[in-house]
Amino acid sequence: MKVPMSLMRTLILLVLCALGAPAAAADPIAVPVVWLEVQVDSPPALSNLDPIPDDAGLAGARLGLADNASGGRFLGHDYALTEIIVAPGTDPAPAMAQALATSKLIVVKAPMDALLALADLPGAADALIFNAAAPDVALRLDACRANVLHTAPSRAMLTDALAQFLIKKRWTDWMLIAGVHPGDQAYADAIRLSAAKFGARIREEKTWAFDADMRRSASAEVPLFTQGRDVDVVVVADELEDWARYVLYNTWDPRPIVGTEGLSPRAWAPSVEQWGAAQLQSRFRKLAGRGMIAADYGAWAALRSISEGVTRAQTADPATLRAYILSPAFELGGFKGRKMSFRPWNGQLRQPIALVHPRAVAALAPIEGYLHRNNEMDTLGYDEAEAGCAAFR
Amino acid sequence: MNRLTLIFAALLLPVSAFAAGKGEIWVTNEKDDTISVISVDTLEVIRTIATGERPRGIIFTHDHSRVYVCASDSDAVQVIDPDTGEILHNLPSGEDPEQFALHPDGKHLYIANEDDAIATVVDVETRRVIAQIPVGIEPEGMAISPDGKIAIVTSETTNMAHWIDTETQKIFANTLVDQRPRDAAFTADGSQLWVSAEIGGTVTVFDVATQAELGKIHFEIKGVHSDRLQPVGIVMTRDGTRAFVALGPANHIAVVDMKTLAVERYILTGRRVWHMEMTPDESMLFSTNGLSGDVTVVDVGRGEAIKTIKVGRFPWGAAWRP
Repeated sequence: MKVPMSLMRTLILLVLCALGAPAAAADPIAVPVVWLEVQVDSPPALSNLDPIPDDAGLAGARLGLADNASGGRFLGHDYALTEIIVAPGTDPAPAMAQALATSKLIVVKAPMDALLALADLPGAADALIFNAAAPDVALRLDACRANVLHTAPSRAMLTDALAQFLIKKRWTDWMLIAGVHPGDQAYADAIRLSAAKFGARIREEKTWAFDADMRRSASAEVPLFTQGRDVDVVVVADELEDWARYVLYNTWDPRPIVGTEGLSPRAWAPSVEQWGAAQLQSRFRKLAGRGMIAADYGAWAALRSISEGVTRAQTADPATLRAYILSPAFELGGFKGRKMSFRPWNGQLRQPIALVHPRAVAALAPIEGYLHRNNEMDTLGYDEAEAGCAAFR
Repeated sequence: MNRLTLIFAALLLPVSAFAAGKGEIWVTNEKDDTISVISVDTLEVIRTIATGERPRGIIFTHDHSRVYVCASDSDAVQVIDPDTGEILHNLPSGEDPEQFALHPDGKHLYIANEDDAIATVVDVETRRVIAQIPVGIEPEGMAISPDGKIAIVTSETTNMAHWIDTETQKIFANTLVDQRPRDAAFTADGSQLWVSAEIGGTVTVFDVATQAELGKIHFEIKGVHSDRLQPVGIVMTRDGTRAFVALGPANHIAVVDMKTLAVERYILTGRRVWHMEMTPDESMLFSTNGLSGDVTVVDVGRGEAIKTIKVGRFPWGAAWRP
């Protein structure tokens, strides 16, 4: 028994030596991936602290590449990442052409209109594009594209996660304060829909239109501003993280702040540590020299999805990958306690959403008790019956 | 006061010596930096021993004269005298050692360095690193075949079992499993390798001679969502009839018929059941339950949990000694 076994092993070793790689791999596969980032000018914020890192997203893609390469070398799969970054105010068209000429596997950090412009180029018809950043619900609904998958959660997924948590705690009466930027307004819209979906009441709505320097006057202005009907929580919609930090502890009534500040629903945050997340956090910190944020996670998940597809389907062909990634066979470990997969009706990555504050995770949605006939994660965002995405039919 | 303590010590000593009848189960408490020692006779914690930071993997030497503990955040494998509880010395372990396996020769310790994508082989006598083997991201499970010829490392993010030839210390095969492989275990006859996949929710069974997949075990518990069925630790009987698989946040241990790979029953445990240890007579099984901070004692013959023992915070590994 022992002799044939070691003989067999010797034979395998010989074969592998001949291949020059310690792997039970078939043919080597080259997997070039493009990181395409279309930058936008972000308006100035009130606080001088916590600037958004220049490599937000990109660092996650780089870590995804490193993780992919680590597995790929055992299988003869050669991953590469070409980084193409378009500066604010520059025409992105040449960069898009360059991206498509480099690879048909493209991970994108761009606003919705730039993402759609890329997806609609004739050369992109057979590409597989990952939206790693744009949270717009339209991209998952009528503006969806067959060649675009989304690893970033939609705003609806985020606000649904928050609503589930608040309802579970019976904090059903909300005050909503929204900023004036389009992102703030879109977030507020998502909050309103989530409130209706899960049965919360928005008893008071306010718009934040101050232009004063709140660092000095928050204690004077915010108490008066937040006077109103009695509520359980104050929901803030301030996607640019401009003013909401000054609302904390300055409200008229002692109420928790949730939304984009305080307790926030996020795909990822530096305070996520359960489910083996501490390992991902420390790998990221080693690589980027800072904590890992949601933008990094979206990019990392896109790179990992590509690798998972290539590893199991044994090809880098975008059409085959797309079919495999959208099939029930696909699963991705994402350090959030559940296997992640893609919704076949709109290409959205199903994922748990963490309800975080800077020091810890308060809960992970879907919150226990929110049931779904297929997958509890589909209680977050647009379910099959609601998502009118013709391109995926 | 001192005299009182002495009297207590004198009273306690013979008791604990007597309790060594069926031996002890040593449990590492990941977030307490301690080991809880459970008497198999009384099913009570009889000692608590301080360790380095974040103790996880735990193994006794074959003669049970020393215990090795992965003190993950101290970046060391600590060698402890089990009688005195004294930390004798550290072994070089590489960064963040999590799990390890002792070669049948008793000389070589194979250590998974979770943060470094490396497996470290340490000579416990010379206390030297004799090899470092690059593996996939987040190596975790470790196993060595009964004949000592093959070492297995699983990598959690790369989703592979790496097969290492212990003579050359080189990888000779890589086999894919489902998401987030955790534990690896050889059958007592060395013919099969079992690998659990936590997020995939499966255990894959391989033929050791060919590294070919023989089958896959799936789990199903009424009232528990399939996403929460997350297999981690694996323990098998020596006669190759039954295996026990800890199902993490499903709070159950599955009892598997090793011939048919069908699950016979599920045993309710504490919360987030992680690793297990069986007494040598295979009459009792002890599981660490991380979230509830306790250990479930299973009567193997009856297939039932008979007691819960409170230990420290986040119990992780378990090992038996006489």
